Amino acid sequence: MQFETSASPHNNDVNNVARVMRHVIYALIPGTLAYAWFFGPGVLINLALAIALALGFEALVLKLRKQAIKPVLSDGSALVTAWLLVLALPPLTPWWMIAIGIGFAIIVAKQLYGGLGYNPFNPAMVGYVVLIISFPREMTLWPAPQELAQQSFGLWQSAQIIFSGSLPNALSWDAITMATPLDITRTQLGQNMMLSEIQDSPLFGTFGGVGWEWIGNWFFLGGLYLLKVKIIDWRIPFSLIATLLIATTLTYASAPDAQAGPMFHLFSGGVILAAFFIATDPVSAPASNRGRLIYGCGIALFIVIIRQWGGYPDGIAFAVLLMNMVVPTIDHYIKPAVFGQSSKE
Amino acid sequence: MSDNAKIFREGLWNNNAGLVQLLGLCPLLAVTSTVINGLGLGLATMATLVLSNSVVSMIRHVVRPEIRIPVFVLVIAAIVTSIELAMSAWLHGLYTILGIFIPLIVTNCAIIGRAEAFASKNNVKQAALDGFAMGLGFTLLLVVLGGMRELIGMGTLFSQAHLMFGEAARGMTLHLMGEDYRGFLLAILPPGAFFGMGILIVVKNLIDQRRKDKVSSLATIKVVVEPAQPPATS
Repeated sequence: MQFETSASPHNNDVNNVARVMRHVIYALIPGTLAYAWFFGPGVLINLALAIALALGFEALVLKLRKQAIKPVLSDGSALVTAWLLVLALPPLTPWWMIAIGIGFAIIVAKQLYGGLGYNPFNPAMVGYVVLIISFPREMTLWPAPQELAQQSFGLWQSAQIIFSGSLPNALSWDAITMATPLDITRTQLGQNMMLSEIQDSPLFGTFGGVGWEWIGNWFFLGGLYLLKVKIIDWRIPFSLIATLLIATTLTYASAPDAQAGPMFHLFSGGVILAAFFIATDPVSAPASNRGRLIYGCGIALFIVIIRQWGGYPDGIAFAVLLMNMVVPTIDHYIKPAVFGQSSKE
Repeated sequence: MSDNAKIFREGLWNNNAGLVQLLGLCPLLAVTSTVINGLGLGLATMATLVLSNSVVSMIRHVVRPEIRIPVFVLVIAAIVTSIELAMSAWLHGLYTILGIFIPLIVTNCAIIGRAEAFASKNNVKQAALDGFAMGLGFTLLLVVLGGMRELIGMGTLFSQAHLMFGEAARGMTLHLMGEDYRGFLLAILPPGAFFGMGILIVVKNLIDQRRKDKVSSLATIKVVVEPAQPPATS
């Protein structure tokens, strides 16, 4: 059998921003659907709103900067930023908070620094941090997962809540929201309760919170897809998850009754999403292979530190931004060996 | 343009201590969470600038250049201490809010900067005027930044005005965003100060750029007109 071969250079695949972003979106779909399944369709409305706003803000700034609008909007990067931010927010987040978060993400964190490729900070995480610092109460309003909720909202009702900011027929936020598993673990461990007592609550599933663990699994699947199509490098998610597991195993082993276990940490909050989709942002992550290992390790350590001793129940956004600041230093000290030279020079 | 007008223009706009020289940013960013805080610190800084510039100008022939900096610092520290004690006596509420930033006026680079760059080279009248203009420019900046942050962060203007103007001013607080405004905490927190300052610098540069464009476009028109005139010699 004879294969047709041509002389080099071989042109094998077209890799561009639009292709990368398209695959990231494919990979986000299963996790997003799981999110909508467990926490109601509000997230889909927020998603549509956030994408429209992100494209609008981006077009506005590009117009002010007198740059071509169409190629930038069609590369999908604003869409992915909006998507990631919405996944980090509670499903019934009011519209004006989405607008503020997206505004800061796109206008301040991305375009003011020069647009895609120049932003030192992950735009979606900047938007998230602005919101959690400014509106701490609204950011904790997570509805109970559908399996545990007495009240669930359809698409139309969710839209009404998101756009009016008030709940229908005399419901109160206290009645439909619950503390998240991370939150509950944190406060009740603080009250000297045993871990086994806390995890008897129906909010906890096999290894994480009910609902949360499955959303995490679907994002994990999406992440494996991204690895398969070689959009992301394995080093950041690997070192992030490995460091998180090691660090939480150590804290757990030191006090098994008073510390949540490693699997709980891995499948609570947004660790899986962060490991595969947020920390792997090609712009704000280090360029070298060893640098990426350090970067993922640093994010995981910050997550554990903030969860253990910080003021917020989860610290992924802060961890990512703190490590974003370190990236230029990492890139400065860890340079890959130039081809033809030994790496020791 | 007379000298005095030029001094004013420099202090208020062209060479504004905060917007252009970027001096004294520490108190500027730290205390401008409300209009009243900004105004209080601005006025204290202005008073210091006028007095320190005058004194430095008076002693400029006596002080040897080798030791001028320590002497200037001593003069400024003495003035700030008296202003601090005066504020503690008469504006005690504001004094407790501004706290460490009043004694820190001593280290405000804008003050020693003016003493060195202007007061030690000019006569007393001009030095005092320069201190007043620079201080006024700085105060206006503090008030505008404080107003922006207070309005966005809390939806009010002139809250706690009684700290400065006495009990009668309690009703001065304006609720411009409506009573049920939730507040945007970021504007009150330190990042809000940096964002606000950045936006103000952008606005100033934009205005300057517009003006320059206008002047240069007028200049090009002039150039176009000139060749139309008949040559003087042939």
